[in-house]
Amino acid sequence: MASAHSIPSIEERFEFTSEAKRNLLIGGGVGLALVALGAYLAATGGGHEAVAHGAEQAAAAVGHAGAEHGAAGHGAAAAAEGGHHAKSWVARIWANLWVNGVYFTGMSVVGMFFISYNYLAQAGWSTVFKRIPEALPAFLPYMGVVMLLTFIFGGHDLFHWTHEGLYEVGGPEYDKIIAGKRGFLNTPFFIIRLVIYFAVWYWLWRVIRNLSLKEDEIGGTEFYEKSIRFGTAFLVVFGVTSSTSAWDFVMSIDTHWFSTMFGWYTLASWHVAGLAVITLTVVMLRERGYLRAVNSSHLRDLGKFIFAFSIFWTYVWFAQFLLIYYANLPEETIYFIERFRGHGGFYKAPFFITLFLNFFFPFLVLMTRDAKYTHSILKVACWSVIIGHYMDFYTNIMPGTVGAGAELGALEWGFFLIFLCAFAYSIASQLEKANLIPRNHPMLEESLHHDIA
Amino acid sequence: MHVTSPVREPLIQGGKTYADVTEDICRHVEGAPTKEWKIAFGISLLVLAYGTVCLAWTWWEGLGVWGLNKTVGWAWDITNFVWWVGIGHAGTLISAILLLFRQKWRTSINRAAEAMTIFAVICAASFILMHMGRPWMAYWALPLPNAFGSLWVNFNSPLVWDVFAISTYFSVSLVFWYIGLIPDLATIRDRATSKVSRFMYGTFAMGWDGSAKTWARYEYISLILAGLSTPLVLSVHTIVSMDFATSVIPGWHTTIFPPYFVAGAIFSGFAMVQNLMLITRVVYKLEDYITLEHIETMNKVITLTGSVVGVAYITEFFIAWYGGVEYEYYAFFNRMTGPYWWAYWAMMTCNVISPQLFWSRKLRRSITFTFFISIVVNIGMWFERFVIIVTSLHRDYIPSSWAMFSPTRYDIGDYIFSFGLFFTLFLLFSKYLPVVNMAEVKAVLRSTSAQLPAKIAGVAKVRQRGTAEPAFDKDKE
Repeated sequence: MASAHSIPSIEERFEFTSEAKRNLLIGGGVGLALVALGAYLAATGGGHEAVAHGAEQAAAAVGHAGAEHGAAGHGAAAAAEGGHHAKSWVARIWANLWVNGVYFTGMSVVGMFFISYNYLAQAGWSTVFKRIPEALPAFLPYMGVVMLLTFIFGGHDLFHWTHEGLYEVGGPEYDKIIAGKRGFLNTPFFIIRLVIYFAVWYWLWRVIRNLSLKEDEIGGTEFYEKSIRFGTAFLVVFGVTSSTSAWDFVMSIDTHWFSTMFGWYTLASWHVAGLAVITLTVVMLRERGYLRAVNSSHLRDLGKFIFAFSIFWTYVWFAQFLLIYYANLPEETIYFIERFRGHGGFYKAPFFITLFLNFFFPFLVLMTRDAKYTHSILKVACWSVIIGHYMDFYTNIMPGTVGAGAELGALEWGFFLIFLCAFAYSIASQLEKANLIPRNHPMLEESLHHDIA
Repeated sequence: MHVTSPVREPLIQGGKTYADVTEDICRHVEGAPTKEWKIAFGISLLVLAYGTVCLAWTWWEGLGVWGLNKTVGWAWDITNFVWWVGIGHAGTLISAILLLFRQKWRTSINRAAEAMTIFAVICAASFILMHMGRPWMAYWALPLPNAFGSLWVNFNSPLVWDVFAISTYFSVSLVFWYIGLIPDLATIRDRATSKVSRFMYGTFAMGWDGSAKTWARYEYISLILAGLSTPLVLSVHTIVSMDFATSVIPGWHTTIFPPYFVAGAIFSGFAMVQNLMLITRVVYKLEDYITLEHIETMNKVITLTGSVVGVAYITEFFIAWYGGVEYEYYAFFNRMTGPYWWAYWAMMTCNVISPQLFWSRKLRRSITFTFFISIVVNIGMWFERFVIIVTSLHRDYIPSSWAMFSPTRYDIGDYIFSFGLFFTLFLLFSKYLPVVNMAEVKAVLRSTSAQLPAKIAGVAKVRQRGTAEPAFDKDKE
């Protein structure tokens, strides 16, 4: 029994203290300093002896795979890319912006995804902490701007397919396969899609958010009913755009490569990372004396969600890997060979760290019943997943953009820190705008009495 | 104290008491078989007999009696196998995943859905035995020590993974179903008026005494089994999909297959549950237990999984173009416009378009329409497997090897066999076992009933043999 049902007040307001603001700004400042340091080191060639060497190795590994399987077209193109223009440190900055842009976009939009499927499924238990997922998508417009600008100014460094020469029949750089994708991969259409994703996701979130805030003031079931409808509409939109955006943002970087699983793979990655952010925020609020109405049953259910969906991500990851490994078609295996042996073997470590942080660690740590409501364990598991999925996107995006020029140093962690602090700032500002508990939600009573002991 | 929000629609109608639940479900087990049941059972036996003759001839004469040829070496056999395994998935989803998600609506349908799962897996397994050609060698599929030299299973083969996946799935589903039956079997034992039935139901009730401790154990084991079966819901069809996806056949080798097959399996399984439950609720007059709420909820699941399958179809098609692999592109283009275009469009219409009609609340609450769409979905899902298997095979790499497949009467007869087997088993189940989980419906009655009677326990009705009122009636105290 959950402590004899003494339900704490549902009237509570989060205060984004000036101290918290200052800490986040300092965090962002440290991130900026790290970025500056990293950029300086990169520009002056510090730690870059590896580049030329690495590129050679990558070309060798890739060329080897190509020769071995006779996929001359793929091997040659990738090798040319590896050896041709050594990636500058500017490209590394664009790639970092892109990795974080994609990742934080995903975590933001998953807040909306979570709310929507909870509405559709008529979930009751999650109501008490609903304001937390509801706060995440406010970060979307910033990410939209970052991604749009990065694409416009850094697109050539990130996306091989943006080079005009690839499409000139008979030209020296002509690539038949990439030319065949032109109907989808072309700059205007890409920008239109990018804008549509952000506009529609954000707009639907605004609608649901406004309904939720009005419900706080007016009450009744009208807002609830409407939210179900808009939530369902979002699920329909996101059902398609989650896949197409994954093709656009990540898969098209390795322009030749394709995998039908990739959309759901990215969705699984975004989803579990978003759940980790939600849980981490709930735990951190509780530690600061808020959300006393969230009891151990809610925490355990959140823990189960992270446990289950980290396994789900692994399932999707493994299914994709196994099928490609097993069929052993050179145009598909190149993706994993590049990460295993290419670029001087640089990506082997991130590749396995991703698996460890996203599967083995949360799986073992969240296994027992009590672990799922213990604050300290939840925090460790959430951080593991949040950093793990950063590594996941890093491993997917970096080889095709900076290749052998990649590092995991001050520049990378600095950017991650900046985005993280900005995201936290955005979440905290949203939480401040409304009562922390949706006081008139029709499912609130169920949620307050949630008891699975 | 659990609270149920007033915005939730009630699940149980008719102001039932606990005693009513027992009475309404048990009377079908206790009474003599009805005329309708006998007719239905007779038809099933006839169908089974015809199928058995076809199957016997298939085994006697060999697989040459099927319409397979050198190019299309797999057709109806594996189509039917995948179709039946898929149908089984709804039962496991309802019993395991919906239990973990604490969905109260599962209680009225879980028993029959789990029974359906078990029978569907048996039907699926029968196609494995059929297409072995020599079923007495079936144990060769197991990694058993043997005296045949180096003969050993090939662990690299997804067909061997299938053997493990499906046998695990069958065992866990059977245990889950049986554990759920125990309290109800005890109820029937306690009400039994003949020695035979008291002995039979009593034996299978394994001494259930309804004490708090036994209930606690029941809850523990249900959760443990749900935890074990949840990965199974995903793994079984994942591995079935790998029978195809590990190959390099265009149209088969695509990485989205595992989750997409799982979604399709749940989709067809729910359609089959709808079909069975809609008939059962009318014949057994269970309209108060399997209500429009249940039907609507299942229709929502059908729409959701149908849409997931739709996204997968579109993804496959898009990537076939995007990938720039001409074999892959041809395989999909040929599905749409080649000689099997009708199968492809039957699949598309039935699986992607028809469940979208359930966006209309009126349609998803219409019983006739639901029944119709459920059949359409199952036809569509059969065509899906047929399209994947046959259209990918029939265009070989060398045009001189191109071929078509046409089923013989034995292809059809062996498929009919599985229907006979399925309905015979299901009818036996619906006569001799309670089709609704009484204990679990009682557990949600208080929180989900539309009108709660003043005395929720109720009083057991006077029994057939004319026994008097129960000696102790707590409502009169």
